[in-house]
Amino acid sequence: MSLVNFTTREITCKIVYYGPGRSGKTTNLHYIYGRVPESRRGRMVSLATQTDRTLFFDFLPIDLGQISGFTTRFQLYTVPGQVYYNATRRLVLQGADGVVFVADSQARQLDENLESLQNLQANLLDLSIDIRTMPLSLQYNKQDLPRELILQPVELDDALNFRNVPSFPADALHGNGVFETLKSITELVLRRLAQGAAV
Amino acid sequence: MTTSLNPKFTFDTFVVGAANRLAVTAARTVAESPGSAYNPLFIYSGSGLGKTHLLMAIGAAAKKLASDLNVEYLTLDEYVEAFHAAIAAGQGDAFRRRFQTVDVLLIDDVQFLTNRLEMQAELLRLSEALQAAGRQIVLTSDRTPVDIENLDERLISRFSGGLVVDIGAPDYETRVAILRRKAEERGAEFQPGVLETVAAASFANVRELMGVLNRLVAYQAVNDSPLNAEGAKQLLGIETRASGGHAAVASERTSPDEFAAFLTDVTTTVGKAVEAWRARIAEAILRWEGEGYRTRRLEALLEQETPIAPDEEIAAFARDVERLRVLEAEVSQFDPQAAGQSVFRDPERLAEAEEAATRVRAGAAPPPAPSAALPFSLFAVGSSNQLAVNVAREVIEEPGRRYNPLVFIGKSGVGKSHLLNALGLELARQPGAVVACLSTQAFIDELITALDGNRMEWWRARYRRATALLLDDIHLISGKDRTQEELFNLFNLFQDLERQLVFTAPAHPKTLQGIEQRISSRLEGGLVVELPEPDREVRRVVVQRALGAQEVPDDPALIDYLADRPADSVRSLIGLLQRVVGAAAAQDVPVSAGLAREVLEGGTAAERRRTVGFRTSGIVVSSAGGVRSREKIVWDWGAPADRLIEELR
Repeated sequence: MSLVNFTTREITCKIVYYGPGRSGKTTNLHYIYGRVPESRRGRMVSLATQTDRTLFFDFLPIDLGQISGFTTRFQLYTVPGQVYYNATRRLVLQGADGVVFVADSQARQLDENLESLQNLQANLLDLSIDIRTMPLSLQYNKQDLPRELILQPVELDDALNFRNVPSFPADALHGNGVFETLKSITELVLRRLAQGAAV
Repeated sequence: MTTSLNPKFTFDTFVVGAANRLAVTAARTVAESPGSAYNPLFIYSGSGLGKTHLLMAIGAAAKKLASDLNVEYLTLDEYVEAFHAAIAAGQGDAFRRRFQTVDVLLIDDVQFLTNRLEMQAELLRLSEALQAAGRQIVLTSDRTPVDIENLDERLISRFSGGLVVDIGAPDYETRVAILRRKAEERGAEFQPGVLETVAAASFANVRELMGVLNRLVAYQAVNDSPLNAEGAKQLLGIETRASGGHAAVASERTSPDEFAAFLTDVTTTVGKAVEAWRARIAEAILRWEGEGYRTRRLEALLEQETPIAPDEEIAAFARDVERLRVLEAEVSQFDPQAAGQSVFRDPERLAEAEEAATRVRAGAAPPPAPSAALPFSLFAVGSSNQLAVNVAREVIEEPGRRYNPLVFIGKSGVGKSHLLNALGLELARQPGAVVACLSTQAFIDELITALDGNRMEWWRARYRRATALLLDDIHLISGKDRTQEELFNLFNLFQDLERQLVFTAPAHPKTLQGIEQRISSRLEGGLVVELPEPDREVRRVVVQRALGAQEVPDDPALIDYLADRPADSVRSLIGLLQRVVGAAAAQDVPVSAGLAREVLEGGTAAERRRTVGFRTSGIVVSSAGGVRSREKIVWDWGAPADRLIEELR
């Protein structure tokens, strides 16, 4: 999918929220959904199980209106976190312009985070994408939990952020860090425009 | 007492967006046809969103369309103050009368009617009177009529009886548009993203937005370096948040409008990411597209890989659009339907549009032109009609400005029609002139045909196109209400545009019966000049010319004799002359003074017999047994050809 379409004068950004199960990807989208004026957002499509686990994916289209003469739209997706939905994850990753990796800050979830990050790399490779070229931001979610249960951002950076991409502590449930992360990934994605990589 | 309209507050300077589109449309409608569309029009909105601007725009537009409209703008407080002053001076009735003659009454801030019972009663009375007379009322308030506290039920229902419409806070795009326009007006330029940053911050109203813009302009004026988006944020105290790093997660939430802040950031980023030339073109496309023009030409440019200089392309495009607009406006005058063609909306098909316009132009019959048979050179000038001729010459020199309208009055046959046509011919000589010159009867007949064929627009357009309108025998519109109505409108249009109007009438306009006051007063408003009976000098010229036309050899005695004959009009003089020429032909003798004397004074034997009858009783008993009245019989027919020309005129 082309990011900028000069013929229709559209900029369409597809951003995928990736991460292990229950790390808070859908929560991110819900928070954004709640902050976007009604006139600018489409219906949030969420295919969830009865226990609120994402079964397929969430989809939130946002219309940013005319920017520099371009109709600018963001499409936010989440992938199902559970290990056995890998085919869906790969499907959702197709055509992504940027990825937000939502990590669970709980110390006991570190392995899941690492596994999911490796899974992201593998899936991108399957799609012939080098993770080093894909705009990526990290979000360390659930930082509102008691300190003894979670790892600090610095520790998480050491464990996960070996590419030194922008990372953000967050509490998606209350919205802390949600827009900062979105803004960061947006900048990374749009910066590629200037480098001419998108056309 | 009444505030005058601020010339800056017009529809042209009002930025239209989704939140105010309905209000603007309604306001325009009201300005175009006051009293007939939405009456009253009630506009409400929060402070600083453009109520007053819109109200004044209505006033300005209405006044522009019909300059004689009595438009009053005032705030409720001014109205109240004036009322109190009038009551204190014992002039309450005069005050009421004054407001009852207002055609478009614009009252701002009527929410202050709260608890003012006597003013409510007064306003109720006034609005009843104005509405009954078909006059327009437009009111603004910061809340709906129902929400104005302690407002009389009758006023609520009256205010709500027309159209109640609100102006919402402008959305992001409108805010950007407003800021851009205002910045442009001030000649201030900002880096990409600055105005967007300001627009994305939440401001309650446009006034605040203007305040912010003022600060930016002032800041940039005193600082050498241009302001960037980040700087603008800091200057205005718009909250900025750390975009990365490991800032501790704050327990309380920050600015509620995270999305707006995000939008600003994205805008700035896109502004940097999209090459400037592409952004310029894309914005131009957006603009023209929004106005309904095809933009393929610009779109094609966007797809190019290599950067281009956009200004020239955009300017060329704008020129073409401007040309299309001119063509469309011109065509719509002739044929509103033809103007709707898509070709007038596609700059790529400008050539086709030109052709289409040419076709329409050719198809549209011009209004009737003055008769070429009556040039100025054939108009006999003497001391009696010197004034009228001088006035005509001045009008030719400066049409529309000196004497407008010009009305020639005088008896039948003194040369009014001739002078009218001669004046028309001279006016038509001027470049670009389209002179409509016809008899009032023909004007009425055309109007009836147009009404019948449902072609009124076409008819109106035909005359609106004219640069001068000359109507012979204007008294014939007497009793023709519809013609008077149409003429009234044309009259106003022509006077507004300084286009010349010339009329002829048998008597002074104010003495003409069956003509509406508004028209007769307008006829008097310019110059009314009389063409008196021809003096000897004029008669001499006329006789000389007429004899020349009959190929009668120059005979000073004959000319003097005929010029000395009493004649109250040129036409009767020609009649005398024809009798002499006719008699000469019948007797097969040359035309001479002697013959003329014989014909006109002595008369031939046959004629003498006839006149005997006149002298005795005025009744002639014919051999056929009928009785013929002397008054009803025309004894002396002029040459038939002359009469025909007279009729055709």
